[in-house]
Amino acid sequence: MNTPNMHLYILAAPLLSAFAVNLLGRVSRAWIGPLILAALGFSTFGALLTLLRVLRDGAYRYTVGNWQAPYGIELVIDPLSALMLLLVSSVALLATCSALKSVQNELPGREHLFFTLYMILVAGLLGLVQTGDAFNLYVLLEITAITTYGLIAMGPDRAPLASFNYIIMGSIGACFYLLGVGYLYILTGTLNMADIAGILPGLNAPAAVATAFAFLMVGLWVKMALFPLHVWLPNAYSQAPTGAGVMIAPLMTKVTVYLMIRVMFSIFSPGYEFIQHAGVQSLIVWAASLAILCASSLALAQRDLRRMLTYILVAEVAYMVGGVWLANGTGMTGAILHIVNDAMMTLCLFLAAAAILYRTGSLEFDRLHGLYRRMPLTMAAFTVGALSMIGVPPTCGFFSKWYLILGAVRAGHWEFMTALLISSLINAVLFFRILELAYFQPVAGLQATTQQGSGEAPLPMLSPLLISAIALLALGFGCGPLIENVIRLALPPGFAP
Amino acid sequence: MDQLLSEIVAKYNYWIYVVLMMIGFYAMIGKRNLVKKLLGMNIFQTAIILFYVSIGGKRGAGIPIVDKHAVMLHGVDASRILNPLPHVLMLTAIVVSVSVTGVALAIMIRIHRKFGTLEEDEILEKIGQ
Amino acid sequence: MIYQSSPWPLAAVGVSLLAAVPIFLSDGRPNLREFWTLLAGITKFLLIAAMLPAVLSGQGFVFTLAEVLPGVPIQLRVDAMGIYFALVASFLWICTSLYSIGYMRALKEHDQTRYFTAFALAIAATIGVAFAANLLTLYLFYEMLSLATYPLVTHERNGEARSSGRRYLTYILGTSIGLVLPAMLITYATTGTLDFTAGGIFAGQASFATLTLLLVLFVLGFAKAAIMPMHGWLPAAMVAPTPVSSFLHGVAVVKVGVFSILRVVLHIFGPDLLRNLDLGVIITSLASVTVLVASLVALTQDNLKRRLAYSTIGQLSYMVLGAGMLSAAGMTGGLLHIAMHAFGKITLFFCAGAIYVASHKKYISEMDGLGRRMPVTYGAFLLGALSIIGMPPLGGFISKWHLLTGAIETGQIILLLVLLVSSFLNAAYFLPIVYRGFFAEAPRLATVAAVEEAPLFCLIPLVTTALVSAGLFFFPGLLLQLVRQTLAGG
Repeated sequence: MNTPNMHLYILAAPLLSAFAVNLLGRVSRAWIGPLILAALGFSTFGALLTLLRVLRDGAYRYTVGNWQAPYGIELVIDPLSALMLLLVSSVALLATCSALKSVQNELPGREHLFFTLYMILVAGLLGLVQTGDAFNLYVLLEITAITTYGLIAMGPDRAPLASFNYIIMGSIGACFYLLGVGYLYILTGTLNMADIAGILPGLNAPAAVATAFAFLMVGLWVKMALFPLHVWLPNAYSQAPTGAGVMIAPLMTKVTVYLMIRVMFSIFSPGYEFIQHAGVQSLIVWAASLAILCASSLALAQRDLRRMLTYILVAEVAYMVGGVWLANGTGMTGAILHIVNDAMMTLCLFLAAAAILYRTGSLEFDRLHGLYRRMPLTMAAFTVGALSMIGVPPTCGFFSKWYLILGAVRAGHWEFMTALLISSLINAVLFFRILELAYFQPVAGLQATTQQGSGEAPLPMLSPLLISAIALLALGFGCGPLIENVIRLALPPGFAP
Repeated sequence: MDQLLSEIVAKYNYWIYVVLMMIGFYAMIGKRNLVKKLLGMNIFQTAIILFYVSIGGKRGAGIPIVDKHAVMLHGVDASRILNPLPHVLMLTAIVVSVSVTGVALAIMIRIHRKFGTLEEDEILEKIGQ
Repeated sequence: MIYQSSPWPLAAVGVSLLAAVPIFLSDGRPNLREFWTLLAGITKFLLIAAMLPAVLSGQGFVFTLAEVLPGVPIQLRVDAMGIYFALVASFLWICTSLYSIGYMRALKEHDQTRYFTAFALAIAATIGVAFAANLLTLYLFYEMLSLATYPLVTHERNGEARSSGRRYLTYILGTSIGLVLPAMLITYATTGTLDFTAGGIFAGQASFATLTLLLVLFVLGFAKAAIMPMHGWLPAAMVAPTPVSSFLHGVAVVKVGVFSILRVVLHIFGPDLLRNLDLGVIITSLASVTVLVASLVALTQDNLKRRLAYSTIGQLSYMVLGAGMLSAAGMTGGLLHIAMHAFGKITLFFCAGAIYVASHKKYISEMDGLGRRMPVTYGAFLLGALSIIGMPPLGGFISKWHLLTGAIETGQIILLLVLLVSSFLNAAYFLPIVYRGFFAEAPRLATVAAVEEAPLFCLIPLVTTALVSAGLFFFPGLLLQLVRQTLAGG
């Protein structure tokens, strides 16, 4: 099964299933689950094949509709995008198992509508990680954004307002990105990433190029919720329906970080960012360090589990931005490894939160007592996720933190190292607070408002949770081969892990 | 000063777009009414669309398709035809803008049904209760 | 020392990890559960003992689990120092398991399954630290130990347990993430490796300032060694049931801390490097202060376990002090004291627990005259105390002798004074307990009259360890040889 169009099939499967779900789902709800699981399973398998092929044969470019570059839209499948393909499809697959159950619980009768948007979102993400055209990126970015707006607005109570605020902020980000692409088009006359990269060094318009770069960066930073442009994220992600949260939270911000890496290295070059504008590089690492500290501190103030996780997510984004901007191979390796690890960690924690919400109806801290007794497996997986966030070996979170801190040491950015260490300690406090609550107090009163009976989470929610927890350990032990064989190839030339 | 002024006059359309963008941006952030925020977003996006469309302009050039015959009289010469690519790109951007507006309006209807108002501070008050 | 690749180290570590599963599943069938615990303990000890002859003849074992970072795999390696610690720890685990069975059953304690499962995980982590081939693996098992011992420290699940658990984690996790991790990373960034190598790994690559900073970070970062001011968790952790305190805080957790510091001193920095740069004084000053202050505070404690806790803090710093002397005799004394103190202290804790089981007394002032009712227990207590004080014919004398010799050898008279003063203080806080137990009048006869000797399951282990403490005076050969081999570069 080695067709040259595999990566498009990976994208097409969720897209087609979106339409099928909408139509067949109206007839009978039972069609939805098998359809989307089959589509995502196919995507994951295809992504794995694509990754193996890229590692064996090298990167390749694909012209859509046979319109040749630089006029046609080009897809780039190199080790980094293949890795992201696999990451997006596998995380989506695991999240969907859980989402099916929680959507059935929270949005009865509207599952076909929910999953239509859901599958288009997955298709958009899969497209985002493959595209080699700057404007195509904007289009796909907005596709994913619009579906996310819709998914979040489906939540209860204040979710529509949170979604509206997300619309406003997200549109600002996307428009800035569009403006940046506009500048680049004026300067180079082309929209193809590789083509722009070839033309840029020869230009003599430093102010314009810098402005283009600034717009692109700020636009993406708004989209990935880098502190202090993060204001939309906590509300949006914590009030979204549970089924939407488990897929959006692990993926959206990580894919946007990937986009930042693409813009930095495939459109512009490391020489441009790190050498010509060395002051900017230093400034951004400082800003990232501050972002980590502020976001982690904000997380301390939260009383709801999912909100706390969203603030930790904001801090993790700052990890990756700082790591990339450290300007050495170690930091970049750490950032790319952290994309993979953080997606998995966030997935594990959000799945656990979904399971707890399903059984107990609330994620407020004072309702979490005695959970170790009631939901031992869920809490065991949550513990693994928490340890990974804190950075305890042998979970994967330790190793990406290792590379990030090592990169900071090698670059002499001691403030970044300090921020990372303090953030790990704050994460330890945050998570042990919860683990202590869940471990100690007896089951909170007799009115433990269990909607679906008491006991462990249902199997469709429990199995992806356990798989993701095991994946955290597997990624930890296997990070050596992962870096050696995949991430090393994803670094720009001249940089080594 | 003279040179600056002549620069501004020569590129007057871009300066108008900048002003539009600022108006839109201010409306998005500064206004409390959700409809006004949405309008601000639209103005902001429109300003960018106009910016792109302006890029394609060339002095004394003809409009693609409309002026086809007049331009083709002199053979195919790129400098005599406006660049159509930005226009096409902006068609996509307009579609995106309209879709986002549509979703935002749908969400606003939902908010109005739930809270009875579209003023952000009143909504926050109602949530706080 | 030549190393051959072999799965033996993995087996030694993994036995109790695997055993944790049947232990956990045997909830409700206590005899089966206890069987698994003891089986795992004996198997572990036998596995380690089986590796002993090879190690003594210079043939070690190595096993790589995963190549995770360039130059730093997760690797287990059995050398003289590791097997020395592992032998002591695994033997004492068997004793503690027996004692736990007696103690928990006599008091009809709750949650025994969770207790024994956590214990199995903790000993696996301890042996993992012993057999770690590099700093990363050591850090991995060090953290695993911190997490595995949390359920044990907070066993009682009341408010006191909760705040003690919090304190425990704050000190131990806070220092390992905040101090050890950056030190590890800076070491790696400077040298490119974290392998434990005889003679150290720095070889002139680091500046004096860097080395000083790293040394301070490591010594204070391994808070399990309870060097002041990182000692606060130890007295708080005494709320745990006595077998936990005895084993974990007499043998496993605290010894892991000291072992880690000694590993870093011997095999990351190297004694020669430290001696040339005069960095030993940092270690000895921190340790001396801890020794004296802890011994003084111990005098003021009326709760028996707390007195023992502060005594432990002081004794741990003896070991670090010995290492800081950077002379052969001093380091021999420090290393030897790991074993001598372990046997002595565990005896004392066992006795404290036996006293609690038999009479429900925790405070020394209430224990007058108890010795006459519990002669075996108090006899063992006397032996353990004498060993810690360093009197012949108990094992502790040998390690203390080496420490004193080391102090004299290096001409550091102040250290000699510290050792002598603290020995005197040790006697001052231990001997009155025994004296009052045997010779004082009971405050109220009724409270004492009903007390009988502790149950057999408790008595056998404590007598065993007391006798071993004594026996080590006469037969220190094996341990001495392992220590000498370590210092010779094995």
